Amino acid sequence: MEELVVIGNGMVGHRLVEALRDRDTAHHWHTTVVGEEPRTAYDRVALSSYLDGASAQDLSLTDVRGPHVDVHVNERATAIDRAHHTVTTATGRVLTYDRLVLATGSTPFVPPIPGHDLPGCHVYRTIEDLDAITASAQGARTGVVIGGGLLGLEAANALRLLGLQAHVVELAPHLMPAQIDEGAGALLRTLITDLGVHIHTGTASTAVEAGPDGRAARLALDTGTRLDTDLVVFSVGIRPRDDLARAADLTIGERGGIVIDDTCTTSDAHIHAIGEAAHHRGTVYGLIAPGNAMAEVVADRLVGGSATFTGADTSTKLKLLGVDVASFGDAHGRTPGALDVVVNDAAHRRYAKLVVSDDATTLLGGVLVGDASAYATLRPLVGSPLPGDPLALISPEGGATLGADALPDTAQICSCNAVTKGELTEAIARGNHDVPALKTCTKAGTSCGSCVPMLKQILTQAGIAQSKALCEHFPQSRAELVEIVQATGTTTFSALIEGHGTGHGCDVCKPAVASILASLGGGHILEGEQATLQDTNDRYLANMQRNGTYSVVPRIPGGEITPDKLIVIGEVARDFHLYTKITGGQRIDLFGARLEQLPAIWKRLVDAGFESGHAYGKSLRTVKSCVGTTWCRYGVQDSVGLAIRLEERYRGLRSPHKLKAAVSGCARECAEARGKDFGVIATDQGWNLYVGGNGGFTPRHAQLLAADLDEDTLTRYIDRFLMFYVRTADRLQRTAPWIESLEGGLDHLRDVVVHDRLGIADELETAMAHHVASYTDEWAAVLTDPDKLARFVSFTNAPDTPDPTISFTTTRDQPVPTTTTVNLGMPARRPQEATR
Amino acid sequence: MTTTTPTATWIDACPTSRLHPEDGVAVLLPDGHQIALFRTRDHHLYAVDNIDPYTGAAVIARGIVGDRGGEPTIASPMLKNVFSLRTGQSLDDEHTRLNTWAVRQNQTTVQIAVPAQEQTP
Ligand code: SRM
Ligand SMILES: Cc1cc2nc3c(=O)[nH]c(=O)nc-3n(C[C@H](O)[C@H](O)[C@H](O)COP(=O)(O)OP(=O)(O)OC[C@H]3O[C@@H](n4cnc5c(N)ncnc54)[C@H](O)[C@@H]3O)c2cc1C
Ligand code: SF4
Ligand code: FES
Repeated sequence: MEELVVIGNGMVGHRLVEALRDRDTAHHWHTTVVGEEPRTAYDRVALSSYLDGASAQDLSLTDVRGPHVDVHVNERATAIDRAHHTVTTATGRVLTYDRLVLATGSTPFVPPIPGHDLPGCHVYRTIEDLDAITASAQGARTGVVIGGGLLGLEAANALRLLGLQAHVVELAPHLMPAQIDEGAGALLRTLITDLGVHIHTGTASTAVEAGPDGRAARLALDTGTRLDTDLVVFSVGIRPRDDLARAADLTIGERGGIVIDDTCTTSDAHIHAIGEAAHHRGTVYGLIAPGNAMAEVVADRLVGGSATFTGADTSTKLKLLGVDVASFGDAHGRTPGALDVVVNDAAHRRYAKLVVSDDATTLLGGVLVGDASAYATLRPLVGSPLPGDPLALISPEGGATLGADALPDTAQICSCNAVTKGELTEAIARGNHDVPALKTCTKAGTSCGSCVPMLKQILTQAGIAQSKALCEHFPQSRAELVEIVQATGTTTFSALIEGHGTGHGCDVCKPAVASILASLGGGHILEGEQATLQDTNDRYLANMQRNGTYSVVPRIPGGEITPDKLIVIGEVARDFHLYTKITGGQRIDLFGARLEQLPAIWKRLVDAGFESGHAYGKSLRTVKSCVGTTWCRYGVQDSVGLAIRLEERYRGLRSPHKLKAAVSGCARECAEARGKDFGVIATDQGWNLYVGGNGGFTPRHAQLLAADLDEDTLTRYIDRFLMFYVRTADRLQRTAPWIESLEGGLDHLRDVVVHDRLGIADELETAMAHHVASYTDEWAAVLTDPDKLARFVSFTNAPDTPDPTISFTTTRDQPVPTTTTVNLGMPARRPQEATR
Repeated sequence: MTTTTPTATWIDACPTSRLHPEDGVAVLLPDGHQIALFRTRDHHLYAVDNIDPYTGAAVIARGIVGDRGGEPTIASPMLKNVFSLRTGQSLDDEHTRLNTWAVRQNQTTVQIAVPAQEQTP
């Protein structure tokens, strides 16, 4: 085994270790990583989300530690001894290497103006920097960012999120001079100014002046103005961290950076450099994609491969303060003879420029601001013949028509992970037939995600039916059927399939349509024909168990229950000989009820004031709560009260998949709200609303949708969120994958729910109000309706005879199903989606 | 299916008014066999085993009636295996099938044919 030492545990160093782990299956290498930061590698690109609800844990990248990889955090490498192949660290550790990789990244450049090092002056690169900025922002009102580039604007947004009035001071005449041109910069400025950020372009900062407390208090500008400010963030550029390499006499570029060749090797054949620390053919890249490409090259070389790095695309697409900005290829038109084609649509706040060759046949680059949806199709076209009139491509209707089929195989679809269209088509041919499979096998789409729409297009183009058809009976998607039902006022499945489908239906479309009809206010789910559409559990308003018996779950809102009610549950269970268990949802499940016993059991429960818990439905399950201010010494709000009110508001709402919720009384989060489809966490100002969490097969943490809401606003946002989900999600799609599937993801959702960008908030709230007003307990309704009761018989010719195949044995003092011999030798196949 | 077996005995299953389209019922035969009885939307009658061969639970009557490529089907509510109502054949697994039973409407009663000699087909 040979020793690999990696200095730097940032994004690129991390990628190297991951790539090597995937390739070095023979375990030829043992890797030791030393990183100066106090934690293992995290997603620096997503750093700003740390101020928007994400925790350090959320940002952390996969854990690569294991028998073949050691990672030492909080440890700086201090010297390289090339003669003896050793690296010394600040703790005195001496590591011997066969190969060394420098992945030391860069440091923010702080211009040496007077006062640049006063307390209250910051940079924006690490989690610790953000912690320091947050601390400075306590009680502060204003913050200034020096530098109007990509990172500066992110920092300005961070200051806004911290509640500060933000200013941006930029030396160049327009924002983001490295990426975009003047026209785009002008629009960007307008859009950002509208968000309340003050922009000062063409302005130099001359000094930071201290206040009486010795902290930064003013920024002096060359215009003679002084900006009062409580803190300053420098974001004027980065410098490669090449100090170790310099001291070890490796070749360094003129303007810094460790010089590497196309194999990413430095002037010492045993030492590689990658990422922002490296200088390749005159360029130091400040983006993640080229760094990742270098990491892959080194990993490949370490296992005997011959990959090379010959330069990288610096295209970017970002959302800055909610504004789309993209720049790709030769965005500044530096190619001799290059022509510009520009659409500057101030009314619709859209700027698009394409740079084309002098004969207007080849796309060279471009800039998009305001609406960058064409980026995914345009960027891969760079260097290729244009499929049509360039102006048509950027006119509002044009971009959409240009598809993946216009691209050559060599076109790079995922620039973050350098995946070409050819590689994707190959992966598809090998049987990777959906986006998740493509992500796993090619890594495309796993970083910034902007190429995901293209992945879908390529799948479609490869003939993989990304069919949205519900099943063979309906060519429409669930969302389309919702629209049809709404528009036509259809109230039955028969009418819907007659008018809009074919055949008789099946176990896919019938429950899906039943759920749509129920969500849109269709009355009792066992009414007439409706009953025959319902899935296994809904059909008898109980959950079918493996021996054909049912479980019964009365609703216990918020998990709060009186002793008297507990006694009733106990008595019912005892009298009907049911197995009882506390569920994972803070309530009690009674198992082993025979079909014909369900009405009698529910009669007792309903009489005692219980109602259906909808454990059987694709509907709201529970709103879990912690005790909150009612009892807890840390509680800051009444979480139990709110949980009960929410559970009672949304009970019975039929949805594309089950819905779970929780309310915690403080940030300690004892109710696990961030593991729920919607979770509410108390703050001293009100409530934070998180959406899109779940446990189950692919656990997801819910993301912050809106903060510090009063109960009224909170409820309105949840109303909108749930109704929007009910109307647009796919069947059996929980909220997390639904949010991911929305174009624009969480930001779009926030636009709809919080900012009402689609203008449908009132309609969604009205629909929810209708649901709330028309709610009745499903079980109580069954008990008073002889037609519905008639369904609950064991045999039509022997209504009260128990099913002779059902029997029980006793385990831990309770009845459990006898494992019938019928099971033995039976085929054990489970068709997909067996669970309900 | 409305064909009869020469040696069959017809047993009353239920009044026709109890059998709603696409809404199955379970029938208990004198010998303890359980039948799942269905009427489709176009008024065909079908009778198949009520026991789901995959799990041994007597639940087929509680499944969803539909069609696959025109073939009338019943989906077991347990693990969603789909069977032809006509032949009882599983449409996903050639080795598994439900027994089928002759069934007819006699005046206002639905009847199932049980083989006379051997009542366990
Ligand atoms: C009873 C219970 C287990 C228990 O003894 O604690 C349970 C039992 C079942 N769960 Fe669950 N789940 C129960 C809590 C959970 C939890 C925990 C929670 O809610 O806090 C989870 C993870 C959280 C989540 O859902 O995000 C959970 C994740 C699942 C999943 C996976 C969902 C996913 O998105 O991946 C399924 C499968 C599905 O729904 O497709 C499932 C499906 C089921 C089904 C319906 C499976 C089936 O088809 O028979 C089980 C039947 C329930 C019954 O017969 O009453 N159950 N299930 C819990 C009932 C809670 C309640 O009071 O309503
Ligand atoms: C807020 C922000 C937003 C960004 N957004 C984007 C974006 O949208 N798109 C994009 O492409 N790029 C973006 N970037 C840039 C991207 O994060 C970097 O290109 C990428 O992180 C570079 O990776 P790296 O491993 O080379 O450097 P780093 O991630 O900086 O890692 C270097 C690591 O080495 C450690 N180190 C340095 N010297 C030593 C030593 N002597 N001993 C031990 N450890 C040492 C450092 O502490 C650091 O942890 C963004 C950066 C920031 C800060
Ligand atoms: S989340 Fe907070 S208020 Fe609720 S129980 Fe836990 S510590 Fe107490
Ligand atoms: S382009 Fe960023 S993940 Fe593919």
